[in-house]
Amino acid sequence: MDVTLKVKRYDPESGEAPHYQDYDVDLPEYGAVLDGLLAIRDEQDGTLSLRCSCRSAICGSCAMKINGRSRLACKTMVSQLKAEEGDVISVEPMGNQPVIKDLVVNMDMFWDKVRAVQPYLLPEGPEPEKEYRVSNESMMELAVAMNCIMCGACVSDCTVLEVDPSFLGPAALAKAFRFAGDPRDGHTQQRLAAYTAPSGVWDCTRCFMCVSACPKDVAPMERIMDIRVMAIDAGMTQTRGARHVEAFASSVKHSGRLNELGLALKTFGLLRAAIDLAPLGIRRLLRRRMPPLLHKKIATAKNIARLFDRLGV
Amino acid sequence: MRYAFWPGCVSRAGTPELYPAATAVTERLGMELIELDQANCTGAGVLGERNEELVDTLNARNFALAEQMGLDTLLTICSTCQGVMSGVNYRLREKPEYLARINESLSAEGLEYRGTVRVTHMMWAVVEELGLDSLKQMVVRPLNGLRIAPFYGCYILRPRYVLGMTDEHVHRDQYLEHIIEALGGEPIDYEGKLRCCGFPIMTINEDNGLKMVGNHTLEAKEKGAHALVTPCPLCHLNLDEFQPKAARRAGKPINMPVLHLPQMIGTALGFSARDMGLQRHIVSTEPFIQLSGMPRK
Repeated sequence: MDVTLKVKRYDPESGEAPHYQDYDVDLPEYGAVLDGLLAIRDEQDGTLSLRCSCRSAICGSCAMKINGRSRLACKTMVSQLKAEEGDVISVEPMGNQPVIKDLVVNMDMFWDKVRAVQPYLLPEGPEPEKEYRVSNESMMELAVAMNCIMCGACVSDCTVLEVDPSFLGPAALAKAFRFAGDPRDGHTQQRLAAYTAPSGVWDCTRCFMCVSACPKDVAPMERIMDIRVMAIDAGMTQTRGARHVEAFASSVKHSGRLNELGLALKTFGLLRAAIDLAPLGIRRLLRRRMPPLLHKKIATAKNIARLFDRLGV
Repeated sequence: MRYAFWPGCVSRAGTPELYPAATAVTERLGMELIELDQANCTGAGVLGERNEELVDTLNARNFALAEQMGLDTLLTICSTCQGVMSGVNYRLREKPEYLARINESLSAEGLEYRGTVRVTHMMWAVVEELGLDSLKQMVVRPLNGLRIAPFYGCYILRPRYVLGMTDEHVHRDQYLEHIIEALGGEPIDYEGKLRCCGFPIMTINEDNGLKMVGNHTLEAKEKGAHALVTPCPLCHLNLDEFQPKAARRAGKPINMPVLHLPQMIGTALGFSARDMGLQRHIVSTEPFIQLSGMPRK
């Protein structure tokens, strides 16, 4: 199977700007992108730098952008890419992290953020005499987050990190959930307070990029949502993100539909809404674009409220 | 084709020009929409942060209402509603015991979801059911010479397994380009087209949201786009309404008209700017109106 790999090259010592270099390789039908890159390095160009180790999607070393999406090179089959995305395959280093050389990035920031969420158990009280036994159910939820192999694909594709490097990011926050949700941990409240601070869970824009990128189905964004739910359930409702969720729920509960004007007023508070949203309001008035001032209920709104009550919301 | 129709809350409130444009265009395309007038808000991804089972129950209610009307396809014009509904449908089909529990909640209203509903978005239906050839034949004012930047929005792109994009419909992330071409326009390729508009964080971290708006609209402008088109009213809200503020933040003018998908199709089908509500946007659509040659009224 012939394929062209269009590889992004960069060597700071050469003084050259980053550029693409095409390599034609012949791979067996079951060949992965990593096989192609290793063939290039072994047979055509020994200067190509990349990270890899296990070749089995376990070590998490070979995450890179393949046709623009962050994936593990060892798990990405060339035949499938050719069938679905065309004959030329682009290979670039991960995003949101500085490139050291070719496909190798500096992951210091990744590790700093993982460390910042305290990724270890912090038990409270006297040490148990025997082993600490936990129920299967409580670990099932955490098992998903434990599958993380720290490859960085989610961080590479995160759209918030693109505009704000201070965001804790999907990998660290998925790891945070794994410990906040562990019944053996004694610092849940402190953890939730830290994770809901600025640059934490409420800064996620829910773009699903990390869900798509993760090769291990950790679905980091869903774990971020889990922390949001835990924080609201723990009474941490004073962040603007939490107020927004509460106001949204209250609007749908009472009318069946979303009252956008009411939502803005409740999320921002009347005064800030008046100051901040006034210029927009005026612009909207001029364009005859006001949302209805009187929000109408649907006729069956009572049934909606009953469903909310039934589920304790 | 007959569809149960859920327009989404925003199409009549935040972007009130969308609902009349979409219903006029779908009628012209011969798509029969039967509106679910007792349907509830899908939760827009926000309610799930409070309680996921509630979101699943509320959406199962909407599906049950469609089944009750004897319709098997639920069409929406909101990408976000579509994404939430597809996600719920996926979960409910995976877990029959869970669906049974949800049906218990719905039984008080005499409703039951049997799991037969298919969710679609107008963008998908135009390509997959109407067909691009039929669309081409209906064009009376081709978008000749117009360069248009597609902007999909997250919920109609990801996650792929929920949206049928891992097997049956792998090219759903190219439909906007196909529709632009079928209407005679030229699609612009740019990095931002598959990224996030920033709407979900506007109430939490406005600065980050504004950077996203600025990045995408400026990039489209630098690539020579005359307008940007989106199938998502929430993306429209952010990219249009907050564009002036994003421009001030970026320190340069942007002035990129942002069209709803039905408005772009309607332009090629011969509707006027007033029919399509193009004068009701925050960023002026005047350059697009002039270049397209569409009548104002």
